[in-house]
Amino acid sequence: MPVRFVRLVALLLVIVATASACSRKKPPVARPTPPPPSATATGTAPPPPPAPLAEPEPPVASIPVEPTMSGTSVDYNARSLDELNRESPLQPVFYSLDSSDVGGDMQATLQRNAEILKQYPSWVVTVEGHCDQRGTAEYNLPLGDRRAQSARAYLIALGIPAERIKTVSYGSEFPFDPGTSEEAYAKNRRAHFVVTSK
Amino acid sequence: MTTAPRFLLSLAIGALASTVLILAAPQGRQLPASQQPAPSATPPPASQPAPTQQPGEIGVSITLSGGAAPRVAVPNFIAATPDLKAAADTIGQVLWDDLRFEREYDLIPRASYAPIPPATSMETVPFAQWKELGANAVLIGTVRQNASSLTVQARLFDIASQRSVWAKEYTASASNPRQFAHTIADELHKEQRSLGGVARTKLAFASDRDGEQARGTVEQRSIKELYIADYDGEAQRRVTVNRSLAINPSWAPDGRSIAYTSYRRGYPDIYVSYIYQGKMDQPAGGTEIIHNFLPAFSPDGTRIAFMTNRDGNMEIYSVHRDGSNLRRVTRHPGNDSTPTWSPAGNQVAFTSDRSGSPQLYIVDADGLGQPRRITSESWADRATWSPAPYNEIAYAGRNGPGFDIKIFSLEQGQIRTVTDSTGSNESPSWSPNGRHIAFASTRAGRTQIFTIARDGNDLRQVTKAGNNVQPSWSR
Repeated sequence: MPVRFVRLVALLLVIVATASACSRKKPPVARPTPPPPSATATGTAPPPPPAPLAEPEPPVASIPVEPTMSGTSVDYNARSLDELNRESPLQPVFYSLDSSDVGGDMQATLQRNAEILKQYPSWVVTVEGHCDQRGTAEYNLPLGDRRAQSARAYLIALGIPAERIKTVSYGSEFPFDPGTSEEAYAKNRRAHFVVTSK
Repeated sequence: MTTAPRFLLSLAIGALASTVLILAAPQGRQLPASQQPAPSATPPPASQPAPTQQPGEIGVSITLSGGAAPRVAVPNFIAATPDLKAAADTIGQVLWDDLRFEREYDLIPRASYAPIPPATSMETVPFAQWKELGANAVLIGTVRQNASSLTVQARLFDIASQRSVWAKEYTASASNPRQFAHTIADELHKEQRSLGGVARTKLAFASDRDGEQARGTVEQRSIKELYIADYDGEAQRRVTVNRSLAINPSWAPDGRSIAYTSYRRGYPDIYVSYIYQGKMDQPAGGTEIIHNFLPAFSPDGTRIAFMTNRDGNMEIYSVHRDGSNLRRVTRHPGNDSTPTWSPAGNQVAFTSDRSGSPQLYIVDADGLGQPRRITSESWADRATWSPAPYNEIAYAGRNGPGFDIKIFSLEQGQIRTVTDSTGSNESPSWSPNGRHIAFASTRAGRTQIFTIARDGNDLRQVTKAGNNVQPSWSR
């Protein structure tokens, strides 16, 4: 465990350092807003809050987070995992061709996903890395892994405990759109979030 | 959680029983007395090496006037009884195909045999008519029944001397006549042409043909399982039941097991399935965190090279097939993927994106020393090292919107393209004698397995149902 913790901290430092050093990436805008589980998750005692792991810089601009969630009116915990994943509050992020960089609009999506994960602290998710079919099937396996890893690292940097986020690369084996148009390819280059336990 | 029970084996075991029992009678000798007495049609194979008139030569060869490939005819085999005609015809046709495949002989098209009266025994071969057809040799065979087995005799007759230059007799299960032809082809190539033929080799590949879906997912996701087929596409059958993705097959050199990537536990790891035994190993030590992909058996079958994310990015490792003696082969922050072994097992070629685009590199298998880059393509992936004597690496190189199979000569540093840019062509795998390459192509619509000769001739489609990808050619 200590080894894993040290690794985690090291990873976090690297991510934070990278995020702040790299000019084309905005620093992660992690809301310090504490998750309001009390209104929804009745009775389920939230596990101890995530360790205070190198919290990123406070927000630069204040973007209201909750509206997209339609407040707290939906209790996702009341749904089965299948129902939950069918209309998942966790949105996928889409990558550029042959890239695993988490670009600007993807950061906003990941921030919203992080908020939800903070709101439901018992959830464990798997981040699936997917690729379009233009690369070779073999090459897409490491590419998908890198996509999943970069999305995971971003969530960790936003304060989600590492052990709650697993990854898996499916390469180009499970396209969301089987077509061969640019539009279809764009849909298939993604990190896809699946809640595996709650 | 044991690994064996889910494995589908009855089919494979049944098939094995029919394939390993072929016995070759010792060349040029009388059959042992324990064999069933030979029916009338088969005299003892008398004219084999003993009476050769070429001292210093072990075998006798076909009389040729020039240096061209011998022109050979292979008519249907002679059935001892009418009920054996189907088997006898099959053996003749499959043997013709097997011999045609390697191009050691110039096979005379079977359609042109029609005017020639079929031989009724080894003694009634119409040599004059075969000679008229331009044949240098004709392969005559007989088939007779022995209880539940077949006894098949094959002889290659030299037309000029009207003598048998090669003869063999086989007794095996009657259930698979094709296997007689494959065995005859391999032994004829070996003994007459010093060639390791591939007629008894197999292709393994991943396929979604059964239309099964991944379980527990919201989306419809077509899974793949592993299948094997004879080199010519016959006898296709499934050999895994993962109920999740099974991809990247790699035959063990002894043909008894296949290493592959499976997601059966939710994460990708390397499994070695003993397809005729129902046993399974998991040598790379995968977990929910450590993921392993793309196994490649070393030429001696002791080690498996593979790709793993255990260092935070993809690196090449190798491990003994029993899971011991793990060794790191590459160390670079770029992704290193898709390893293949050199024929001597002392080097590994792999793909790396360390330069910014996927290119091929070679490194010593012990992980010491600097990798050497060998390609400058816009994209190169899935290196596959040829067997000796060719010193070449085949790979998928980007060519416009898709890929072509290309061959890099390590001696000359030259690259040639084997496929013709029809569709996308990926995942090459050499035949064990280096004369052909199996690959996956979209040229026929969905992705299918094809074989092609090393010079780009003789394209053959091996699969038709579903999508079929990532072939591995058995040794």
